[in-house]
Amino acid sequence: MNITVKLFATFRNGRFKMDHQDWPEGVDCRRIVASLGLTEEEIGIVLINGRHVPLDQVLGHGDTLSLFPLVGGG
Amino acid sequence: MDAVQQYLWSNAVGDLVPWPAQAEAVRQFGLTYDQVESLILEKGLLPARYQRNRTTVSIDEQLQLFKSRVAVIGCGGLGGYIIEELARLGVGQIVAIDPDIFEEHNLNRQLLASPASLGKAKVDAAAARVAEINPAVTLEAVKEAFTTANGKQLLQRVTVAVDALDSIGFRLELADVCTEMEIPMVYGAIGGWYGHVATQLPGDTTVQRTYRNWVEGKGIEKQLGNPAFTPAVVASLQVAEVCKILLGKGELLRHRKLSIDLLEMEIFEVSYEAPAELVRAA
Repeated sequence: MNITVKLFATFRNGRFKMDHQDWPEGVDCRRIVASLGLTEEEIGIVLINGRHVPLDQVLGHGDTLSLFPLVGGG
Repeated sequence: MDAVQQYLWSNAVGDLVPWPAQAEAVRQFGLTYDQVESLILEKGLLPARYQRNRTTVSIDEQLQLFKSRVAVIGCGGLGGYIIEELARLGVGQIVAIDPDIFEEHNLNRQLLASPASLGKAKVDAAAARVAEINPAVTLEAVKEAFTTANGKQLLQRVTVAVDALDSIGFRLELADVCTEMEIPMVYGAIGGWYGHVATQLPGDTTVQRTYRNWVEGKGIEKQLGNPAFTPAVVASLQVAEVCKILLGKGELLRHRKLSIDLLEMEIFEVSYEAPAELVRAA
């Protein structure tokens, strides 16, 4: 099934801003994060179609997954 | 007080009271600058220093700002700019909280840092700066780390808490104290070219939800550090939010967070709508 992956800030470095990817049914956010070489500790916000979801959220056909890194400085 | 008021009235130019007249009133009548500013604003006059505020902030609103008490938690990159802008805006009382002293690596971005201030307390530099730029503003310097243990005492009588912390753990403690005390919190976080800003009113959980996946440690700022401009941008957005909360006007960054990318010059809005509202929207 088709998933659009959007990356923000430093996650774009050496990767992409947006990519259309093909994934089997039942894939969750965690598996896509791992496929990108990102660690869970780096992950700030995870959105599916603009809504906040946990990493174990399963995606559906046509969903857009957006990943933002953790930002905490002041 | 009649003699002081008479003096201020007679020295007003239109409805503006120039600085030399304020300073002379302080000297002649043995008052403090904040007492004089209070007398001026209560009379419906405006200290001339605020004359360029006036189409943005009316005299009544200037008085409202003067009577407000805002806590700034963290006096580093964000906090330095936030304190500067709050003082120039005319927020009457600022509680500045930070346990740290200035170190050399602060000099690239922290407004209050200078070679002369190395080794000195950040909150003391904040107090000196505010006294220099707007003596009518009272700054309470607290050289302590903000935690849930002392938070309730530090935020007593505070109208708004501004997050200028550099630690996610302490930030979550601040969010919890603000939630418990029902104090609006203006959240800001930065790292490299990137920044976040949002406003959380009592009952909202934007900050808690932003860090729901956090377990420990720092964010991208650990690798990226922070340049001069990112704290200035995010701090200014935060102060605009503080101003609107204090005056009850405009549209707040509520139920949404700005994710700012200064490298690509993109601002992305992340929605934090309550679940019930999402269902209604669907």
